[in-house]
Order: sequence, then structure tokens, then C-alpha cells
Amino acid sequence: MRVSILAVLLAAISYTIYSSVAGDERLLVKAGDQAPDFKLEDLTGESHQLSDYQGQGVFLNFWGTWCKPCEKEFPFMQNQYEVYQDQGIEVIAVNVGESEFKVSNFANEYGLTFPVVRDVNKDVMDAYSIGPLPTTMLISPDGEIIKVIKGEMTEEMVASYMEMIKPESQESSE
Amino acid sequence: MSKIICQCGHENPEGSELCQACGRTLTEAAAKRKTHDVMRYEGMARRSQTYHSSIIDKIWNFFSSVKVGVTLIFITLVASAIGTIFPQEFFIPQNIPAVEYYESRYGIAGKIYYVLGFHDLYGSWWFMLLVAAIGTSIIIASLDRGIPLYKALKKQRVERHDSFLKRQRIYTAYEGNASDDVIERIGEGLRKRRYKVKAENGHLLAEKNRFSRWGPYINHVGLIIFLIGAMLRFVPGMYVDEILWIREGETRSIPGTEQEYFLKNDGFTLETYQEGDSEVFDQTIQRTGAIAKNFQTDAILYKRDENAVAGSQDELTEVDHHAIQVNVPMKFDQFALYQTDYIENELYKMNFTMDNKETGEPVGAFTVDLFNPETSGVYELEEGYSVELTGYYPDFSGFEDGEPQSDSPLPNNPAFLFNMVSPEHPDGEVAFVAIQQNLEPLGPNEYEISFNGIETRDLSGLTVRKDLTLWILALGGAIFMFGVVIGAYWNHRRVWIKKGPDSILYAAGHTNKNWYGLKKDIAPAFEYAGLDQPMDHQELKESDSSAKEEEESGTTRQHK
Amino acid sequence: MAQLASISSTLLYIAFLLYLVATVFFAGSIKSKKHTNQTGKNRWATIGITITLIGFASQLGYFITRWIASGHAPVSNLFEFITFFAMMLVASFIIIYFIYRLHILGVFALPIALLIIAYSSMFPRDISPLIPALQSDWLAIHVSTVAAGEAILAISFVAGLIFLLKDIDLSKGGKQAFWLESVLFGIILVLGFVLSATAFSVAGYESEFTFVNADEEETTVQYAMPALVTPNEGELLTEGAFSTGLEMHELVNAPRLNTVIWSIGVGAILYLLIRLITRRTVAALFQPLVKKANLDMLDEIGYRSVLIGFPVFTLGGLVFAMIWAQIAWTRFWGWDPKEVWALITWLFYAAFLHLRLSRGWEGNRSAWLAVIGFVIIMFNLVAVNLIIAGLHSYA
Repeated sequence: MRVSILAVLLAAISYTIYSSVAGDERLLVKAGDQAPDFKLEDLTGESHQLSDYQGQGVFLNFWGTWCKPCEKEFPFMQNQYEVYQDQGIEVIAVNVGESEFKVSNFANEYGLTFPVVRDVNKDVMDAYSIGPLPTTMLISPDGEIIKVIKGEMTEEMVASYMEMIKPESQESSE
Repeated sequence: MSKIICQCGHENPEGSELCQACGRTLTEAAAKRKTHDVMRYEGMARRSQTYHSSIIDKIWNFFSSVKVGVTLIFITLVASAIGTIFPQEFFIPQNIPAVEYYESRYGIAGKIYYVLGFHDLYGSWWFMLLVAAIGTSIIIASLDRGIPLYKALKKQRVERHDSFLKRQRIYTAYEGNASDDVIERIGEGLRKRRYKVKAENGHLLAEKNRFSRWGPYINHVGLIIFLIGAMLRFVPGMYVDEILWIREGETRSIPGTEQEYFLKNDGFTLETYQEGDSEVFDQTIQRTGAIAKNFQTDAILYKRDENAVAGSQDELTEVDHHAIQVNVPMKFDQFALYQTDYIENELYKMNFTMDNKETGEPVGAFTVDLFNPETSGVYELEEGYSVELTGYYPDFSGFEDGEPQSDSPLPNNPAFLFNMVSPEHPDGEVAFVAIQQNLEPLGPNEYEISFNGIETRDLSGLTVRKDLTLWILALGGAIFMFGVVIGAYWNHRRVWIKKGPDSILYAAGHTNKNWYGLKKDIAPAFEYAGLDQPMDHQELKESDSSAKEEEESGTTRQHK
Repeated sequence: MAQLASISSTLLYIAFLLYLVATVFFAGSIKSKKHTNQTGKNRWATIGITITLIGFASQLGYFITRWIASGHAPVSNLFEFITFFAMMLVASFIIIYFIYRLHILGVFALPIALLIIAYSSMFPRDISPLIPALQSDWLAIHVSTVAAGEAILAISFVAGLIFLLKDIDLSKGGKQAFWLESVLFGIILVLGFVLSATAFSVAGYESEFTFVNADEEETTVQYAMPALVTPNEGELLTEGAFSTGLEMHELVNAPRLNTVIWSIGVGAILYLLIRLITRRTVAALFQPLVKKANLDMLDEIGYRSVLIGFPVFTLGGLVFAMIWAQIAWTRFWGWDPKEVWALITWLFYAAFLHLRLSRGWEGNRSAWLAVIGFVIIMFNLVAVNLIIAGLHSYA
């Protein structure tokens, strides 16, 4: 009897202290989760819904025009998109809360050919619990988040990440 | 388990101090202890006082000790006090790293405070461990005492041994008074004071408010429930604490609701008291300046269609509409929205005119929405005049390689690159316009852009809170209060009347506290039976110095 | 309304004077030779308690008229709260008096209430409108319950102090005698503060400084007493005013420190004068008053008031406090210094009860705990507001 009382107490206290030390990290969207669906309009007014890309690997990048590291990534993403777009990879760049003026100027300046969508109310950003920008989510063809990348990427990294979510390479890499 | 067999023949569990049947002391040690101490748990065997061998025994005994419990309380108390010397981390400005803040503001003492982790004292693992240890102590100490006490009080015998009665603080032996009539009258008198009187073989046991003894155990149950509630906060989904900054006119998803709910800020109001609002306030307003009267966000709550996906705005239905004020949160589902902060007069729109430099005459006016400039960038003015916005830098921070830079998407310091088209210059003239700064990067222009006023709006800071533990905390609190009140405001009182040999009547009384009340309570019954009040031996002792020596010599408070 | 406010102030003033008179009568009651047992009916004491009751009624009048004039419960700043606390202290004394009829209690409880009222009047007394956070019915509920709880607990301090004055053998000196004298010295310091502040205010003394605060901003500050210490880079603006030019660190609230220095100075002089004139310690001066006090009854009163006060304090200082905090501040608990000190007070009295109930700490030890408990309450009431100041810094 006493042993079981002590055991219950010990378990409860350990859990509480563990949780408080681990903090809110546990609640964030992370690798292994199913990617939340979303639907946003790009600069031409066309809607993009994540579930429409079922079967394709989605390279989901959250960014802002004022953010220098984001800016540096775009040429890499554009280059690699040109390489991988025929291999079942889609790049979606989600701008967080900026005006159409700023976003379209930016997209024109970098000659982006992949969809650039605007998350006007930071709704999708919230759904993906995005903190600092840039943050990139690698989404597998069956809609699972493979990896969350916080911060700037090099071109090699972008390439290797696209390789990770390429549809046919799924069996070999996993 | 060995038993202690009393002279009266009753078998008592090992560790008992008083015989549970007759009340005789069972051990030499118990005989020497103060009656009040022995009576506290009715002389029952307590596990922690009996077994000491195994590890479990040792842990059990450690936490069941009140000395340990009180020590833990004092450590917690001192630790809590230390946490108030300097502000905790969550009270300091967010824009400075804590390590710098403490040292720069409080010097070496601040640095030590930070290094020792006192800047986040209440969230530290050791403080939680301390509270957890108190919780453990509460549970174990209560079980160790409450269960034996409950058993002892449940099966009380009416007749107690003379030695038990003689030990009581209220005790008198009335010689030649042990008639059934007197006993009956005492019983009747006590019944009138709402005692429950049990009679057995001519002896009496009168008892009232036994429930008061359960007070401490009940309040401990309440505290444990409260602590469980506090622990549950760490279970995902039980607790949400988010901040929603929302501009006037904006609609935003409410964080923590998984995009189920949206809020529109239909206007933020800040009111202050004015002189003349009430003549009694005028003096204070003159002394201290403006005093805030109201912070209010007129809010519209929307719910999004369950099947909708993130990003789609069209499936919103209004569910509530009211003003959120301090002390008046908006409640919905399991959430509440609180007015907690605001920023007044954030730049919203900027008005400009395009002027002919020479004449100073404006040729047209236009307004740039700083959050959403014209997508095309073109602002048409009159007859052949227009302005094209070619670059917009909401938080202008300077030039880098000739390119204007922006630090953030917020219009803290907006700057613009305009191309001014006029009949004279169909290809336009380029002007860079920032606050207090007008540049003509491609040479002198004939026209200029002048700043012509601003529009601002307020930001409302709302706290989003969900706390599913509240009802558990409330339940714990209510049980605690109930336990404390019955334990503190009622007293367990007992009177034993024993018909002794030679017509001696023994009367003894005991209470867990408030002896003055007990004496006053039982006096009328004795008066009714024609007897003097039973004597309080503590009082006697005080006025009689010889009694003091008696106690020092080791014999307990016995009546001479 | 302004007229009502002035009636209100007058009523408080009357109450103050009546408590003073009542104290004299209670002092007479314990001197009376006819009544050696210090309890029961006694003509002096009857007059004393009657005057106390009238004084209480007058203070209640102050409270009600001020409530009507301001439109909210007058417990919203330090002056109002401390005055209300004193009123609750008198109420608790009256209740305990009618249970135990112990006259000596009046001789100590009333002067402490007087000192508290005098202390409260050192803070700005004008009626202020409520800031949004305070606009709630919980203001009246929470604050009045806390004040009532703390006041009942304070009665245990009064009983404990009388107990110690009688119990401690002052002729032998020692630790207990030293600490008892320290407690009394502390009370004299409060008197020193009241006297010096009143004296300078009557004389109309005021001076102004500009200085640089911790956030590097230039600010002005008023001094109500001659500046013994000046603020960081402080410059005296008032012509002819006194200043030593002794600059303090930017984190130190120089005018407050200045007030503290004056209070300690005046208090210490007062104390030394008493010692020099009477050639006895203050404790020894009071001891003859308590010669006939019944220790057992004082112990019981001390314990009883903790028992009565603890649930009231828990209800007001923790339960109601948490409910209101959840409504106004979004969370029932936020480790604000005032909250923490309420918790410390609560933990302390919980320890008091455990020590008494389970470890038999009665008499002398229990009395000391009651004294320490009161020091904690006073610390929370005064120091937390003046020194630490978190969310509760309304005054």
C-alpha cells in the first residue's frame, strides 16, 4: 500500500518537473506530424491547397521580404526548383502578412516561377507554429512533415532536402 | 505484528500509547509525555512511530514527520521571499537579455542573483521539488495520523480507567456525589448544550463536534486536489497562454484555438478621467496627471467552418459581439480573451501631395496605405499627373549598396521611392521620401512629394487564456476552506463522568483547543447537578508554584 | 460630494481622538485596585469599551461617507487600505474583548490601531478615481477580507506581546529581552516617522530636485523633509532648502531613504530620551502594566485569534485574490511580489498552527511566532508597496 502511494507520487512529480523543464516545445508542429492542410492564393489569384499536392513532395518555405536570410535563399530555391520540379517536387513560398505590392515586387525581382502565396492574416503561420523566419518544412508525398529547418539554408542543403522528399526516392531513403 | 495487552485485557496494536478500551497508558514513555500530546491522536499506534527498519519505512517516516513538514514550509517561505528581492525574469523588459539586465541594473548582487538562477526561482526544478515535497508530506502525514485517529474515535468506550481521567486537564473527583440522580442531571445538562451523551453502566461519555477533528485532514485533501490541478497545467491541451496583437479593423485567428476562432478588432478606446468628472477626484488628477479610466476593444468573434482549412477566410460566421475591457473578458468555448495591453497611434496611412517646387502649388494629393499600398504602385492624380510607388521600406534603416533597407514589415519609419510623372516629364522624376528626409537620387527635380498628414490606429493587446484546471483548483480551494473552517471554528469537546467506588464521582473533560470555551460550555450542567465546576489544572498550576515542581519531577499533571 | 468628503475626514479624526481617550480608560481599568483578576466587569473598562464602540462607529461613518463620496469602496490606495486595516483591528479587538473581557488587551491594541491610523495619514489622502484594473466588485470583497484576516491575526500579536512582556525575565537580560526591546524599538521608530513627517508638514517644508533615474531619464522629485541624501545627479531647485549634496545610487529611491533616515533618527532620539529620563528599558516600563495579566488566557487569545484569522486571511488573501486575479490579470497566480508575500504570510501561519498543534509549541514560543507573523504582515503592507512594488503599486 505504502509502496504504491509513494510510486504514484514519484511518477506524478517526475512528470510535472519533466514537463516544466521541457516547456512548450512539445506543442509545436514537428517532424513526424501530419502537415496541416491550408489554402492560400498566389500573386495571380490562383488558390493553392496543400492536399492538392498529395503524391508530390512539398518544399514549404515561410518568409518575409525584410528578412535577409530569406532573401538569400530564394535564388537557391529557384535553381533547385528548376531541377526538381519535373521529379514531383513543388515549392510553395508562404509570405507572412505582407502587402501584395511588396510580395509581387519581390517575386518579380527574383523571377520566381514557383507559387508564392500570401498568408495575409498569419493564419497558416499559426497553424504551423512558425517562430522566427525563415522556416522551411519538408512535406513527404503522403503529407507527413519530414523535417523542420529553422534558419538559412545553402544551395547544397536545398538540393539535399528536395532529394529527401522526392516521391520515387521514398522507399530507398526511409 | 505484536500486540500490547492492557491490564484490562484489551489487545492493542504495537505502538499504542493509550489502551483503546480503558484509556490506561501502555508505556513508560507515554506516561511521561504531556497529556495533551498523547491525546492528540487518542494514543493510537501510528505506523511512522512504530516501524523503522526498511527503506520504505524510512521514507514514510521522514515525510510523516510534522517537523519535516514545517521545515519544508520554512524553506519554501524563505525561497519565495528571495524571489522578491529583484524582479523575476518575466517582469523585466523583454528586449534586453536577462544576463545583462541583472548585472547592469543591480551590479554584482544582480549577477549573483542571476547566476544562482533566482531570476526564475518559481519555475526552477528545485522550487517545484520543494512544493512537491510539501505535497508528499501532506499526504503521508495525513494518512499516518488520520486513519488511526478515525479508528480510535469511532470505537470509543464510555468507561475509562481512573488514570486516564486523572491525567486530563479538566478533572475533579467529587467525593460522596456519585448518585445516579446527579449523573443523570449532568447528562441532561450536557444534552441541553447539544452534547451527544452515551450512558453505560451508570457512566457517561458526552461528546460534541467530533467532525471538527476531521478539519485538518479535509483541508489537506483540498490542498492535494489544488496541487493536482496545478500539475495538470503541464498536460498538453489543458492550458493556453497566448498574446494576440490586433490592429483596429483587422481580423486575426485567435492563437491557441487551432484556427477555429477569429477575432475582429472593431475599434480600441482609451479613456482617462477628466477634471470635472467628479469634484472629489479633481485634486488627485491635478496632483498625478491623467488617470486611465477605461481600456476597451470592441470585438467581434467569428467561428470558422469546421471543414475549412487554414488560410481560407470566407467561411467565418459571427458568434459573439461585445466589448472587452479590463475585468470584463470575452468568454467563448473554454477560452477567455482579456484586455491586457495596447499601443496607441501606430502609423496607418500617409497623405502626400505632389507639388511644383517653383510655385509651391500642389498638383494632386494621394494616400498610401502603409500596410497595403496599391498593388500596381500607381496613384493617379489629375490631368496627366501621377505618382508611381517603386519602392516601399516600412522600417527604413539606411542604405546598403545604394539600396534602401527595411528592418521589419512594420511601418515604424516608412520610406518611399516615388516616380513622379508630369506632362513635362512623362518618364517621371525619382524622389526618395522618408521622415525628415527628401532625396533626389537622379539629380534635381521639378516636382516634389510633400508630406501632408497621417492617419493612425491603435493596436490592442489581448491575452488568450484557456485553463481547464480551474474547476479542479476551485474544488480544491473550496474543500480546503471547508476543512479549515470546521477545524478552526468548531472544537471537539468530550466529558467523561465515571461512577467510582465509595460514591466518588469522577468528572474529566478534554478538548482539542479552546479550553476557555469548554469550561464555559460545561459549567451549567454541573451547576444544574449541584456540583462545582470541574477544575482546570493548568490554571491551578499557574497560580500554584508547587505544581510547577511537580511537573519538573516527571510525574504528569495529576490531581493531588 | 466635496462636503461629504470633508465630513468623512472629520469623522476619522474624531475616531482617532476617541480611541486615544479609550486607551486612557483601559489603562485606568488595569490600575484599579478593586479588580485583581483583570477580566469581568470594571467601571473603567466599561467606559473604555463604550468609547471604543463610539469611536468605531465614527470610523465606520468615515468609511461609509467616503464610499458614497467617491463612488467606490475606499480601499483603493495605501491611505485607505491602512486606515481600513486599523478599523478592522479595532473591530477584532472589540469582538475578542466581548469573548474574554480582558482589559489589558485594550491598553495595547488601541495604541497600535492609533499608530497605524497615524501612519496611514502620511500617504496622500485625496480621493482618487479607480484605474481600470480596480474597477470590480472584487476590490471591496478581496481587500476587505484580507484586511479583516490580517487584523484578527494582529490581535494574536497584541496578545503575544503582552504575554512576552510578562513572561520574559527582563532583569536577567539575554536574547529574549533583547528581541522584545527591539520590537518595541520598532514601534517607536514608526512613531518617529509619524512625528517627523507631521512636524515638517505642519511647518510647510518642501523642496524639489531634478535627477537622472535608472532609465537615464531626467525627472523631478519632491522632498517633504530636509534632504540628508540626494538623488543620483540630483540638483536642488527650491531656493533656501536644505541639502547635504550626498548623492545616492540611481537605484535607490533617495526621498524614501531620506524619510527612513529621518524616522530612524527621530525614533532613536525619542528612544534614547525615554531611556535617559526613566533609566529603564521600554520593556521594563511596560512590564508593571502587565503584572496581573493571566498568561494562560493570553496564550489562548493569541492562539484563538490565529485560528479565527487564518481562514479569513486564506479566503481574502488567497482565494478571493486568485478569483479576482483570474478575472483582471488573466491568471489566478503570477508571482507578483504582493502575491508572494501573501503566500509567505499564509505559509508562516500554517507553520504556526502545525507547530502548535503537533509539536506543542505553546506559551512563549507561540507568542514569539505571533510577533514574527505580524512583522511579516506589516512587511507586506508597507515594504512590499514602498520598496518592491509590482502590480499592486497603486498608491
